[in-house]
Amino acid sequence: MKPAPFVYHRARDAVGATRLLAELGDESKVIAGGQSLVAMMNFRLARPRHLVDVGGLRELDYLRTGPDGALRVGALTTHHTVETASDERLGSGFAVLRAAMEWVGHLPIRTRGTVGGSIAHADATAEWCLLAVALDAEMVALGPGGERRIPAADFFQGYYTSALDPDELLVEVVFPRPARYAALTEFAERRGDFATVSTVVALDLRDGAVHGGRVALGGVAPLPVRSPEAEAVLARGGPAGPELFTACAGAAAAAAGPPDGVSGDGDYRAALIRELVRRACEEAVSR
Amino acid sequence: MNDTTAAHQRATGHGRPTTPGGAWIGASVGRREDPRLLTGRGRFTDDIQLPGMLHAQFVRATVAHATVTGIDLSAVLDVPGVVAAFTAEDLELGDITARLGRPASEFVATAMPVLARDRVRFVGEPLAVVVARDAYAAEDGLEAAKVSYEPRPPVVSAARALAPGAPLVHDEAPLNTLLDVSMFATEGIDAVFDGAPHVVRVRASTGRQNALPLETRGAVASWDAREDQLLLQTCTQVPHQVRTVAARCLRLDERAVRVVVPDMGGGFGLKCVVGREEIAVAAAALRLDRPVKWIEDRKDALTASFLAREQHYDARAAFDADGRILALDADVVCDMGAYSCYPFTAGIEPLMASAEMPGVYKVPAYRVRGRAVTTNKAPTAPYRGVSRPQYVMVMERLFERAARELGMDPVEIRRRNVITDFPYTGVNRITYDPGSYRESLDLCERLVREEGWYAAREEAAAEGRHLGIGYACFSERTGYGSAAFAQRKMEVVPGFDISEVRMDTSGAVVVTTGTMSHGQSHETTMAQIVADELGLDIAKVRIHQGDTDRVTYGWGTFASRSIAVGGSAVRLAAAKLGEKLCRIAAARWELSPDAVELVTGGIRRRDGTGEVVGFPELADIAYLKAHLLPKDVEPGLSATATFDVFNDGTFSNATHGVVVELHPGTGQVEILAYLCVEDCGVAINPQVVEGQCRGGIAQGIAGALFEQVTYDDQGEPSATSFMDYKVPTAHEIPDVLIRHLQTPCAFTETGAKGAGEGGTIGAPAAVLNAVNDALRPTGTELDTTPITPETVQRAFGRTVEHPS
Repeated sequence: MKPAPFVYHRARDAVGATRLLAELGDESKVIAGGQSLVAMMNFRLARPRHLVDVGGLRELDYLRTGPDGALRVGALTTHHTVETASDERLGSGFAVLRAAMEWVGHLPIRTRGTVGGSIAHADATAEWCLLAVALDAEMVALGPGGERRIPAADFFQGYYTSALDPDELLVEVVFPRPARYAALTEFAERRGDFATVSTVVALDLRDGAVHGGRVALGGVAPLPVRSPEAEAVLARGGPAGPELFTACAGAAAAAAGPPDGVSGDGDYRAALIRELVRRACEEAVSR
Repeated sequence: MNDTTAAHQRATGHGRPTTPGGAWIGASVGRREDPRLLTGRGRFTDDIQLPGMLHAQFVRATVAHATVTGIDLSAVLDVPGVVAAFTAEDLELGDITARLGRPASEFVATAMPVLARDRVRFVGEPLAVVVARDAYAAEDGLEAAKVSYEPRPPVVSAARALAPGAPLVHDEAPLNTLLDVSMFATEGIDAVFDGAPHVVRVRASTGRQNALPLETRGAVASWDAREDQLLLQTCTQVPHQVRTVAARCLRLDERAVRVVVPDMGGGFGLKCVVGREEIAVAAAALRLDRPVKWIEDRKDALTASFLAREQHYDARAAFDADGRILALDADVVCDMGAYSCYPFTAGIEPLMASAEMPGVYKVPAYRVRGRAVTTNKAPTAPYRGVSRPQYVMVMERLFERAARELGMDPVEIRRRNVITDFPYTGVNRITYDPGSYRESLDLCERLVREEGWYAAREEAAAEGRHLGIGYACFSERTGYGSAAFAQRKMEVVPGFDISEVRMDTSGAVVVTTGTMSHGQSHETTMAQIVADELGLDIAKVRIHQGDTDRVTYGWGTFASRSIAVGGSAVRLAAAKLGEKLCRIAAARWELSPDAVELVTGGIRRRDGTGEVVGFPELADIAYLKAHLLPKDVEPGLSATATFDVFNDGTFSNATHGVVVELHPGTGQVEILAYLCVEDCGVAINPQVVEGQCRGGIAQGIAGALFEQVTYDDQGEPSATSFMDYKVPTAHEIPDVLIRHLQTPCAFTETGAKGAGEGGTIGAPAAVLNAVNDALRPTGTELDTTPITPETVQRAFGRTVEHPS
């Protein structure tokens, strides 16, 4: 469990990092917190010839709120920074992000792992990927030609595959709108494990009634996905209560068609979706 | 009976010291190991750095069963940093073969080569050792090795192993059976079953587990030209046994091998057998005349180390109408993997289960068949509890099932059956020394009630929630002496222990023990025993262990033997030294030795007159003014004693109570409360005992709910990291409420019984019973571990309407 030989490069700034990536070609890999990459390298499942370390780029470690109500998260912001951010830093309507962080690995992982690293890694069960899909985040990628913004719906493309080009660096994640009534929940046999199934529910809740919402699922497909069937139930609306939530959860479970996995077959995953979506609805309302 | 108690009386013939005795034993003295370990100043195997040291890794089999047709290491030597690579053919080492003195109809001995030659039997089996300038280059070297195989059909389950016509893992073992014993078979047992009002049956399987010491295996080998000796520094629980095997495999005299054990990060039995890698590393070091280090990585630890616990039971028990057990009949099959471990053999699990299964219950008739089968999976070693977590689980399931069938309270049915009159000789021909079986059961039930869990269970049921309460009542044989191990018919018979206590001129003592602490705090507890015996502060007592040149001989630490056996030897040696000190003091005062006694810090006249003469002053005479010694007293201050147990050993006991809540939506098993009432006789250090309980319970819960070593149908391991081998963390393990009972052992020198394994033994049974209690409304009963959330969710899915 020692990595294969590699060459280590340290980026001085974000532009320098993209220049290094362009120079070194597709055998290079960006490293930030290293919480996924290093383990894969130690198993020799990943064998990059070159590592471009962006860990020192403090200018990418920030939480910024603006008058447009959006929250901008610098790619090198750690999970722990979000977990411990004040209401003021996080901005109104983003408490769901802070609350979701307790599900990310364990404390040592959260203190080193970064938001950008997690999203660029594009694990279908990662909390940040799910949040990005559920809350319509936009990923800001910096490449040799400058910046481009990639909507979450286009960003995740499959198992550990994103829309980032090999010479692009993810520099910022933008959550465009507050999601006051939203929650992430998940299930794994051990706390801190990769989720067997995870879900984010964001409700449009006014005067005790649901007028629509979003439901995203992790662990059921090669990439985090939204559940149009569950969202349709929410769109029909109704009083925020067990009847609506159970119907929403049932629709998500019925439609997900989850694949067999190590931790259980399709039936069990469907049962988990049903339970977790219902829990997430209840938690979202209680915020 | 034991004659060492008499030896003790002789050694302390002047009577028990007054002040000594009681001040240290029984006190929760802070662990003396902690300051260095908690501040990073311990020295573990991987901390050792020697000049010119090289690093080894192993080329391992990638198929579960095959004939090896070629090993080509030529490209390995071209890898930058690689210094050498050796196969079995290069090193010409003797095999490791563990034997039992049993007929061929009962036991088949199989050889475990240090490096595989023409046959591999599990994925991960070592084939060649690659030595390089660092561990990175060594791993690069592994990738360049080319091994060609002619695959054979793999045998990956016990059922397959025993099927007629199954491929043979070892050609010399028909039906892949390494041990097959039928024992006891009480006359008329079939008639008892035929005539019994109630017969219940449990078919149970338990998952394969890894004992998983945090510190993986490892060794640093170097040749000491000045001592003309191999120095093998390795993390083992049995240094002297490693010395024996290393010397034999390397064809050296034992004096030419010195095994030294640094600090250890756990062993749990996995390190009480002799591994192949440490021998290969030693051979490589001799061949290269340079120090070689090997540190097992976690992947190898999970897949290619020693495993345990995969057992299958088919058990029946007959009961009368009042819930009294009439007979027990069990068939036990243990999947021991590819090789027989040294020195215990593959018989360790089935022999333990067969001999001890009746446990704490008065079972009038008993029949058992125990088998060890060999499969193409990583081999097994003893793991904390050895078979007892499994057979206790099966016994406790039998009683629960009988209670249900009879409509009895599950605690009451146990109460009617536990042994209460001691000594008790069971149908299994074992004599149980006094314990508190009934008392622990009663107290545990009372605690569960007082903590409000029975009421909580009712309230939960009214709310549609699913709480369950489960118990396990069990005992555990500890302090096995030579006699008990000889009954197993081991060719190598462990049992006794030797201790030397030596006092220097400053009055400080160094104590050797043949036991080997790998986390059990012996530097603290053994010192407490000596401090009490001599009236010394433990600051003046230093324990030496784990060095075959410093310690005369020993059997290391396993089977909860250390305090019971090793601690007794330590006490006897200290008592002998105390006697010598008394003789020197008495001579100085021209008194008979009977007229003086040990007190704190020295010796005084029994009549209380005169002053206390301190140990340094007496040591001064013993070493520096030997001309003042009486003629019959030799210079110097040291004493050696041995201790052995000549009966069936001593039984610790406990009752565990567990409360769980099941979450039907996810199938999650949440442990709400864990209570443990334990009795290990005199607890030398209650805090240490509680640490053993907690750690053991955590490992027991791991087996009940989380951990399983899995393979695909080709024998490829599928749990190769902690992602898939689900070791529970502090999130999953509850706090444990512990209460102590104390039934002192009559024949250990301190009254202590063993305390190392009990936690692990009780937990699977108690957790499984609690889960089954909570599953009552579903009609499902589970008898197989680990219990997965999926299984629990399915049980509810079948019976509970989920609106959708």
